[in-house]
Amino acid sequence: MAYNPTEFLDYYNIDDLLTDEHKLIRKSIRDFVKKEISPNIEKWAQDAHFPSEIVKKFGDVGAFGPTIPEQYGGGGLDYISYGLIMQEIERGDSGMRSTASVQGSLVMYPIYAYGSEEQRNKYLPKLASGEWLGCFGLTEPDHGSNPGGMLTNIKDMGDHYLLNGAKMWISNSPECQIAVVWAKNEQGRIKGLIVERGMEGFTTPEIHNKWSLRASCTGELVFNNVKVPKENLLPNIDGLKGPLGCLDSARFGIAWGAIGAAIDCYESALKYSLERIQFDKPIAAFQLTQKKLAEMVTEITKAQIMVWRLGMLKNEGKATTQQISMAKRNSVDMALHIAREARQIHGGMGITGEYPIMRHMMNLESVITYEGTHDIHLLITGADVTGIQAFK
Amino acid sequence: MKILVCISNVPDTTTKITFTPDNKQFNTAGVQFVINPYDEYALTRAIELKEAQGGTVTVLNVGEADTEANIRKALAIGADDAVRINAKPTDAFFVATQIANYAKAENFDLILMGKESVDYNGFQVHGMVAEMLGIPSITPGVKLDVNGNTATVQREIEGGHEIIDAQLPIVVSAQQPMTEPRIPNMRGIMTARTKPLKVVEPTGSETKTEIETFALPPQKTGVKMIAPENAGELITLLRNEAKVI
Repeated sequence: MAYNPTEFLDYYNIDDLLTDEHKLIRKSIRDFVKKEISPNIEKWAQDAHFPSEIVKKFGDVGAFGPTIPEQYGGGGLDYISYGLIMQEIERGDSGMRSTASVQGSLVMYPIYAYGSEEQRNKYLPKLASGEWLGCFGLTEPDHGSNPGGMLTNIKDMGDHYLLNGAKMWISNSPECQIAVVWAKNEQGRIKGLIVERGMEGFTTPEIHNKWSLRASCTGELVFNNVKVPKENLLPNIDGLKGPLGCLDSARFGIAWGAIGAAIDCYESALKYSLERIQFDKPIAAFQLTQKKLAEMVTEITKAQIMVWRLGMLKNEGKATTQQISMAKRNSVDMALHIAREARQIHGGMGITGEYPIMRHMMNLESVITYEGTHDIHLLITGADVTGIQAFK
Repeated sequence: MKILVCISNVPDTTTKITFTPDNKQFNTAGVQFVINPYDEYALTRAIELKEAQGGTVTVLNVGEADTEANIRKALAIGADDAVRINAKPTDAFFVATQIANYAKAENFDLILMGKESVDYNGFQVHGMVAEMLGIPSITPGVKLDVNGNTATVQREIEGGHEIIDAQLPIVVSAQQPMTEPRIPNMRGIMTARTKPLKVVEPTGSETKTEIETFALPPQKTGVKMIAPENAGELITLLRNEAKVI
């Protein structure tokens, strides 16, 4: 039987593996994106404008921390649901998905997993509702793939910590109310702290002139003798596994999200190729176009199966860091490749803001680097299968 | 205020329509079903009234078990509980009978539904339900407010609007722009899991209509252009080919 396309690309009937609730979640976020993001995203991206009003809307629809228990304002949903939410937001735009996944996986998750009950109650409901936007400070100007080399540090001053250092490439930083910051203590151990806007010596300069994620705000975090109250230290974590645990959660979301960007590129390319006439027939009738389209739908399908399985493993608490690395790397590479092929199919139109292709492509150039670069994720797999670390 | 919202399950509006080989039934294979869009106006307005004034919203569907995904969606949007009358919605009279029989015992202040379902476009159920219950029906409502025991409904009439005050209980059918339908949020979807969904067996099986046959509308044909100097030919074609004059 001929493949019957629906609103959600599903060549392998993967929908049969989803519950009605999963499908309702996906459809609801799709409708939200079509209403709140898609009509405006090309202009926001062209203008390098972060629509700060989207934060409250994300909170209202429940895109922030959907896996966090409801008593803290989260959705109490499973990881397949989280993945589908990220997929549908990124089908709109990777920058918008970044805003949501930073808030959920890199800010709410560590406060939930490593924080005290007081910290959970103080911060999570405001983050879930979108009243507050948070950011995550790990990467430094000179320490990206090697976060353990960080220079940002805290000194125990008795009744508070004194925080010094700087973080770079921080999504949400210019608009954040709080930052989850990773810093070394005097013993060289990595600790997590919640830094609040308004603390003296804490500034968030914006990074301008990005060619990527232009609708998301990115900046630095600068700490100049910031006095952080002792109760703002995350008590239940010590060492690099703290931030890496957060990244597992965020990378899982990216593995799903990038599929959304790929689907948007594929669907646009398919439609364009059926409408664009050259040599008296649609360009979809040419073998080289069909090769591109057929490979796109094949790669998307493979990635969909991979992330679905990863989601099931995550629901069971069995997904390993290495499995998440493989999926993140595979999905983003696949999406970027599809964006470039889709750009070819769109011809000259593909470089304009009339179509989403070039925006997705430029966005994915960030996504393939952030939260573990394409190469580092490969080396994580390499280390896992050989038992030999090749990245240091 | 106790509100009943009736929803029907209809094919997604982008569905490609086909029929079974004998042309007696709509072919549902591979079709995505959604809540009837007009019913979504009724549902959202009911929830807004409940949020502003208190009360409950019960959602009712006449349908088989496969409609429950859409009933859960209605619960996720904000209805408090749901009833599914376990039967195929064969025709307007049958559906109206089921709704009226259920509503009789429940004393709803307000019964809302879409002005019609977008599959068969019958535009009948609201009127029949009201008649069976012996209460007024106002249709199609584009605006609905309730103040105490009085509902104020703005309805569309030829060339304008009519504003009607009516004492509760009444039936009101909805169409745009009664309100903006809501997208369920994640918290709503999660809480919908545990909201009550009662399955009730139908009462009676009487129908008043029977489908003879279905047919698709004729394919659109191309446009014939007639040069202004040959305007007379237009008359000939309208008379002999289109046979409309």
